Amino acid sequence: MSATGIGARVRRVEDQRFITGRGQYTDDIHRPYETRAYFVRSPHAHATIKSIDKRKAEKMPGVLAVLTGEDVAADKLGDLFCGWMVLSKDGSPMKAGSHPALAKGKVRYVGDHVAVVIAETLDQAKNATAEVKVDYGVLPAVADLRKARDPKAAQIHDNAPKNTVYEWVLGDQAAVDAAFAQAKHVTRLEMVNNRLIPNAIEPRAAIGEYEPGTDTYTLWSTSQNPHVLRLGLSAFIGLCPEHKFRVISPDVGGGFGSKIFIYPEETVCIWASKKVGRPVRWTAERSESFQADAHGRDHVTTGELALDANGKMLALRVKTLANLGGYLSTFSSAVPTFLYAPLLSGQYAIPAIVCEVDGVYTNTAPVDAYRGAGRPEACFVIERLVEVAARELNMDPAELRRRNFVTQFPYQTPVASLYDAGDYKASLEKAIQIADYKNFGRRRQESERRGKLRGVGFSAYIEACGVAPSNLVGQLGAGVGLWESAEISVTPTGMVEVLTGSHSHGQSHETTFAQLVSDRLGIPMNHISVVHGDTDKVQFGMGTYGSRSGPVGMSAIVVAVDKVIAKAKKVAAHILEAAEADIEFKDGKFTVVGTDKSAAFGEIALAAYVAHKFPTAEIEPGLKEHAFYDPTNFTFPAGTHICEVEIDPQTGVTEIANWVAVDDFGTVINPMVVEGQVHGGIAQGVGQALLEGCVYDDSGQLVTGSYMDYTMPRADNLPSFKVDYTTTKCPSNPLGMKGCGEAGAIAAPVALINAITNAVGHEDVPMPATSKAVWHALQKTERRKAAE
Amino acid sequence: MPTVTMTVNGRNVSVDVEPHTLLVQALREKLRLTGTHVGCDTSQCGACVVHVNGRAIKSCTMLAVQAQGADVITIEGLANGSKLHPMQEAFRDNHGLQCGFCTPGMIMSAVDIVKRKGNDLDEHTIREELEGNLCRCTGYHNIVKAIAAGAKAMKSGARA
Amino acid sequence: MHTFAYHRPANTRQAAALLAKKETKALAGGQTLLPALKLRLTSVDNVVDLGGIKGLDAIQAKGRNLVVGAMARHAQVATSPVVKKALPALAALAEQIGDPHVRNAGTLGGSIANNDPSADYPAACLGLGATIVTNKRKIPADRFFKGLFETALGRGEIILQVVFPLPKCAAYMKFPNPASRFALVGVFVADFGKEVRVAVTGAGEDGVFRAKDMEAALKKKFTAASLDGIKVPTRGIMSDIHADAAYRAHLVGVMAKRAVAAAGG
Repeated sequence: MSATGIGARVRRVEDQRFITGRGQYTDDIHRPYETRAYFVRSPHAHATIKSIDKRKAEKMPGVLAVLTGEDVAADKLGDLFCGWMVLSKDGSPMKAGSHPALAKGKVRYVGDHVAVVIAETLDQAKNATAEVKVDYGVLPAVADLRKARDPKAAQIHDNAPKNTVYEWVLGDQAAVDAAFAQAKHVTRLEMVNNRLIPNAIEPRAAIGEYEPGTDTYTLWSTSQNPHVLRLGLSAFIGLCPEHKFRVISPDVGGGFGSKIFIYPEETVCIWASKKVGRPVRWTAERSESFQADAHGRDHVTTGELALDANGKMLALRVKTLANLGGYLSTFSSAVPTFLYAPLLSGQYAIPAIVCEVDGVYTNTAPVDAYRGAGRPEACFVIERLVEVAARELNMDPAELRRRNFVTQFPYQTPVASLYDAGDYKASLEKAIQIADYKNFGRRRQESERRGKLRGVGFSAYIEACGVAPSNLVGQLGAGVGLWESAEISVTPTGMVEVLTGSHSHGQSHETTFAQLVSDRLGIPMNHISVVHGDTDKVQFGMGTYGSRSGPVGMSAIVVAVDKVIAKAKKVAAHILEAAEADIEFKDGKFTVVGTDKSAAFGEIALAAYVAHKFPTAEIEPGLKEHAFYDPTNFTFPAGTHICEVEIDPQTGVTEIANWVAVDDFGTVINPMVVEGQVHGGIAQGVGQALLEGCVYDDSGQLVTGSYMDYTMPRADNLPSFKVDYTTTKCPSNPLGMKGCGEAGAIAAPVALINAITNAVGHEDVPMPATSKAVWHALQKTERRKAAE
Repeated sequence: MPTVTMTVNGRNVSVDVEPHTLLVQALREKLRLTGTHVGCDTSQCGACVVHVNGRAIKSCTMLAVQAQGADVITIEGLANGSKLHPMQEAFRDNHGLQCGFCTPGMIMSAVDIVKRKGNDLDEHTIREELEGNLCRCTGYHNIVKAIAAGAKAMKSGARA
Repeated sequence: MHTFAYHRPANTRQAAALLAKKETKALAGGQTLLPALKLRLTSVDNVVDLGGIKGLDAIQAKGRNLVVGAMARHAQVATSPVVKKALPALAALAEQIGDPHVRNAGTLGGSIANNDPSADYPAACLGLGATIVTNKRKIPADRFFKGLFETALGRGEIILQVVFPLPKCAAYMKFPNPASRFALVGVFVADFGKEVRVAVTGAGEDGVFRAKDMEAALKKKFTAASLDGIKVPTRGIMSDIHADAAYRAHLVGVMAKRAVAAAGG
């Protein structure tokens, strides 16, 4: 391994600008004659818009335009859309309600977009929004998903009776029922997967600019997938033709899913820029992020696991109610269905599984993919059930897992996933060893001597990344393919520009992608630059989410690099006067096999461009190749996390005493970067399990609307983590990579809840397990003890 | 419109501001020092931390007019020319950043922690002292490591 | 935020004259006022910055009292050798307010004039029986805090300093709100020998309050065990998503015992 090759801990290329304050995030960019947009947002969770009087606002100082849903309709802008069609079990299509960029006739959650003011300055825009007089007809609201289908509940979209978007099912109900009939033991749990607000620290922002001279549009946006944004705004919303439209995602300050989607704000910025004839910029205030970024999770689930007398799993039955919010966000429909149920088999050979999911509308912000997206929810269900089953059977939770692991690959689960490679026992045993699990009892006694309660919890997670191939996702209802593109452009001096359809908003592509290409081409990393996030530069791309940049994005680069090498070999054959078959490429050098005749990569690049020494009728000049890579299967990262907690029974405060993560991500390009991803993922998982919970009150008002009430994980909430690996290569892509971005967020919550319930002594601890929740749970423990 | 005269990163500057202009707005919009970020509106995230007269403060919670005559250091002024401050180096060496958005505030806070608490910082102290800085990417693990390393590196004569 | 006129008087007399106007607020550390203005939760015509008045941040031990200037920043109080020697519990309390950046800006006077029901300083003032000295009068803490965000201060009245009597021993124990890091419950206990005072912040629906039955029990014997069996009633205790009244009331008891123990009782 070279100092910068695959597997090396290379320091990041992108850090120079970030540590010196020279990053260029959307809000750092200014355009000549720009204007500011500020939105009038609904203060009501559910209301009709009877009228909007904007006359006074229009006359306020600095105001250029006040636009409403009427204007959106007049310009015939298409609705925001949900790009994944999910069919109900009766075959009927999901009930997608109308979602204009600015509300028309009705608002459906607090923060919904009612009007926009475009003004010279932000202060002027804000002052004017206060003067936009909206006459609302307040309607009853339903914010709690458990009440959404109540016959008396408010009806949110006319075309979705009982607020039901779909009633979906995956698996074999009859087989499951038969297995349950034979079961010796059934573990049953009611589980709430708490609603989260993503909170990338950079708020969303957009600048729209229309250029009348060329009739072209440019949008700077905090997007995780600029090409998809452009496609959506062109093809579905109909803002402008795709080839006249450039979308730039510059430095983006974290996404976690929330910046995948097509939102009203950027739609309005680009649309309004043509109307006012000047660039229009908008940057969310954090309060707006809380209200109007797509939220995550929000499931209520009943899970039942059937086992035989030996602890062998027989069947799993899952019924989930999923909150989709007031509108269907861009990929929302797929999250609690196709990104959820196919992972319910966990790491186990469970012969029969059925999962029913009912998606509902509520008067809350749209819910869509948030780090892990469906997979943390699935992992939570199966790993809670397994842990509790072990407790009920008086078995060691590790042993129950061992007895049920999938050990033969490929393995076809009953819920569509085809596991291709893994060694689940290896990661479990390694985690057990690092966590010193055998001495847990001693540590528990020691804690008790100090008046503390100690618990340990496991999470043997599996997830799926790089959702693909495209024809399969198409059959499942996706509106797009999920391949990735790459272009390798070699300059005459042998420098390499890597253009990728992936997008980095913290994932370190500028480093790891360059590392890969450096390794493959045998040239120094500083001869390579990675370009992403600009539709005028990169041919196309599906963007970065679902831990796909490694397995899909880098695979595309490999294919393109291999094409460059193949072409360069043809050129080299002429330069070195040998047969193409005799040219070998290694360590940045083309060599004629068995001779000392060679040429460096840079020499061949120059030769390719000057084109003096080969027949251009056979070999085109230049050295530039591209690839569109479509994987053959998902990848399946897996591993085991073990968490140990200590609880202060007087206050209910949980302290994480130890955290061990052993992950199998297949090939790792840069362990430093991968471990960073794991740390961050765990922190978000700990946030979900211990601290974060989005709360709406019964009227649909957002109670957790700022950092004063929404608890973000801080440094003092977290320990340092012990992170290690086991490795099985992924067989379905050229590098053997599996993806690592979400694993921590998927594995962590259930490990923590398993540990806390272990300490508390019963299973009735809600998530987030705040000190309040744990203290109340402990009062229950006391009452139970007293009753005994 | 009031004019604020202050020293920013060693340079004397005069900026016209509104009475209600925040220091962070003056830095970002008037002086185009966009390394100082805004991540919240309740003075909690710490992306906007700068040093004013040697003290780390949240520049989103200070009026620009209050900085009249002050000595302000932002992330752009931390390095000595092309030579990075040891804390900047430590963040890079320890992968203490991912998306980079919270990073300027983190580094400015980190330098302030070292000034107040010394060069030998244990993990507990660093975590407690980071109460006013949110990061969503790193899980703080490598930030804590970076600050401990940066603090040590600052001992060897580097300026703060 | 809405715009306003900014004033930076050089002395308290000028400041008082400016503050006598309607729709005018004093700007001390700004850590509450500025966020409120930013979010447009409030608007004012005039902001009177007290930062230009010299000497308002002095800290001195005077006989059996510690006198802290109203403009003393939390970080100043937390690190002051004078405070650490005379009244270490106050330094420890100041060290727990907000975060390092807030402590570098926020002030004692600003905090108590705002009287946030979850602020820390009101517990120290009430728990020590401090006297709030203004440009007009001296107000005992027992009469200063008047409910949520309400104080005895009149228009044009400026806090100059707070006089803290020095107890035999004292301690503050805080259970922070996990999100805001304000006090979910904070208990300040002080033993003056002839009197024991226990002040609770973060919990009361009307703001900071004294726990009289705890004081009585501790006066008999200043030890944590004296609080055994004293159940804090939930009536009048705040309830929100972070802590319902039962949990908060329970925490008052736990924090009180821990404070007594920390004070050496």
